[in-house]
Amino acid sequence: MSNHAHAQRYRCQLRQPAAERKAETHPLTWRLRDDGALIGIDDYRAKSGYTAVSETLSRLSQNDVISVMKEANLRGRGGGGFSAGVKWSLTLKGEEYPRGYLICNADEMEPGTFKDRLLLEQQPHLLIEGMILAGYANNSRLGYIFLRGEYIEAARAVSQALDEARAAGWLGNDVAGSGFDFDIVLHTGAGRYICGEETALINSLEGYRANPRAKPPFPGQSGAWGKPTVVNNVETLCNVPAILQHGAQWYRDLSGDRSNDGGTKLYGVSGLARQTGLWELPMGTTGRELFDLAGGMKAGHTLKTWLPGGGSTGFMLPEHLELPLDFDSIGKAGSRLGTGLIAVVSHQQSVVSLMRNLEAFFARESCGWCTPCRDGLPWTVKLLRALEQGAGEQGDIEMLDKLANDLGPGKTFCAHAPGAAMPLESALRYFRDEFEQGVRAPAVEARSGSAHPI
Amino acid sequence: MTNDTGTFDPSQTIASDGFRIHPDDLAAIEHECGHFEQPQAACIEALKIVQRRHGWVPDGAIPAIASALGIATASVEGVATFYSLIFRQPVGRHVILLCDSSSCFLTGYDALREALVEQLGIGYGETSADGRFTLLPVCCLGACDRGPAMMIGEDTYGPVAPEDLSGLLEAYS
Repeated sequence: MSNHAHAQRYRCQLRQPAAERKAETHPLTWRLRDDGALIGIDDYRAKSGYTAVSETLSRLSQNDVISVMKEANLRGRGGGGFSAGVKWSLTLKGEEYPRGYLICNADEMEPGTFKDRLLLEQQPHLLIEGMILAGYANNSRLGYIFLRGEYIEAARAVSQALDEARAAGWLGNDVAGSGFDFDIVLHTGAGRYICGEETALINSLEGYRANPRAKPPFPGQSGAWGKPTVVNNVETLCNVPAILQHGAQWYRDLSGDRSNDGGTKLYGVSGLARQTGLWELPMGTTGRELFDLAGGMKAGHTLKTWLPGGGSTGFMLPEHLELPLDFDSIGKAGSRLGTGLIAVVSHQQSVVSLMRNLEAFFARESCGWCTPCRDGLPWTVKLLRALEQGAGEQGDIEMLDKLANDLGPGKTFCAHAPGAAMPLESALRYFRDEFEQGVRAPAVEARSGSAHPI
Repeated sequence: MTNDTGTFDPSQTIASDGFRIHPDDLAAIEHECGHFEQPQAACIEALKIVQRRHGWVPDGAIPAIASALGIATASVEGVATFYSLIFRQPVGRHVILLCDSSSCFLTGYDALREALVEQLGIGYGETSADGRFTLLPVCCLGACDRGPAMMIGEDTYGPVAPEDLSGLLEAYS
């Protein structure tokens, strides 16, 4: 019995104080308050909120908006890194096509990722403004926010903000007197990681099991109910207002020489670092800079390895901290930036155990649609569990090599299995000795009759 | 009777076992249908609406929802059994969702799970004898900077140390 519970209600909080955040340098977070309170419509409006909507809808054509977005080189912040402007340019629009849908992917469930929660809970009007602009550019009839069911506080905040925006004329018929009709519906999910995959998300929105769909056709051609559909991540959409307000060049200059990818990024650190948390930093901030902001590892721990942006990204070594955290740099090093929230791993942590945890997650969350994923992932877990307990057999590691390959890109409908294969392949490459220690050597077994846990 | 015409028919709401969708819930489901091109899309929300009232989705609710939405019963059951936050068996008064993803794993998930299992006397998927708690694992809760994290009902906590548990659970009767 403890006399006083130390566990606290979780509150998502940015590490940078308001005094350090400016509109010119922190487009995503400069309005956020130090107390973390929700930014209501009055506060948002007072800080130039919805200016981008009123200016853009009266001044720029749909194609103008898309041109600016392409030039800004805003790359998808959900982890895919695909250019938002290019995605929008590929959406079927025009009089010969029905008006379709804009879906905000707020199904944040990637292991180690807690960034969209901040934007949803504290500044939902920025997302709504970004969605109006994206809806305008893509000629969307309606927007949906697909929010994971567990984000209770975010649902309250978004729901309130939608009511406020509708009452103020930013949503509904004739948005801000522009002649453009657009509204947004909040849809809360009922669990399952796979809903974050864009075509599975569309199936889930339509009320079906969240199985992915074959591509092509891409959602921009045929998405929700067969209509042209754009799916963008929360953080991606939250970048749009500032880009249209200040221009593509300004946005690119935010990252400057650091990266070809424009803008800022919500970066984060989890794991056994001294000061875990979230920061808005220029795109291309190095892993070292971020790691230092987190104060390095906790006392008694040194950095063994790290995941750059979620459970579906490949392990990196300490020396990779010198790389810019952008899509191309991390990609060239054999991993993926993913969501850009790094998880740091202590030297005391068994990589085999961590791998078992990751693959158990992917195995449970497989939707079961494709055989390699449905059957290969539980097999992977079984092998890893044996190695973790020092009861691996000869050939188990080679089988894991094969599974990492057979679960890789191009063998399944969606990126779930490749996402599971990436950390496994890199763990086998960088930490093979740890896996080998889990293989029961026949001679040792005969002598001692007992396994040696690593 | 079920059909695949995909039209909302509020009169079709009584299942063979007598389960009846509450009129308020039916109105909420009908309202939800208005958000989508087809009633099928309201299926998940309909299950959540029924679950809010009953704590879980009773067997009779499946054909009742199917009838109301004008979709196949198998489709509703398929959806109900796919999604982890739809409960097809009774749960305790408070559902504990324990994050078992990687960042919480790195920061003390195992010890927290062991403490929960010991204090509640149940494992995953089980309900405590007094009917207070059901324990379930959940995908990354997005509270990774303060792991290990968990939800009790609608409340998210983190970080939770094993010694914090008894005090924390006391608040949920």
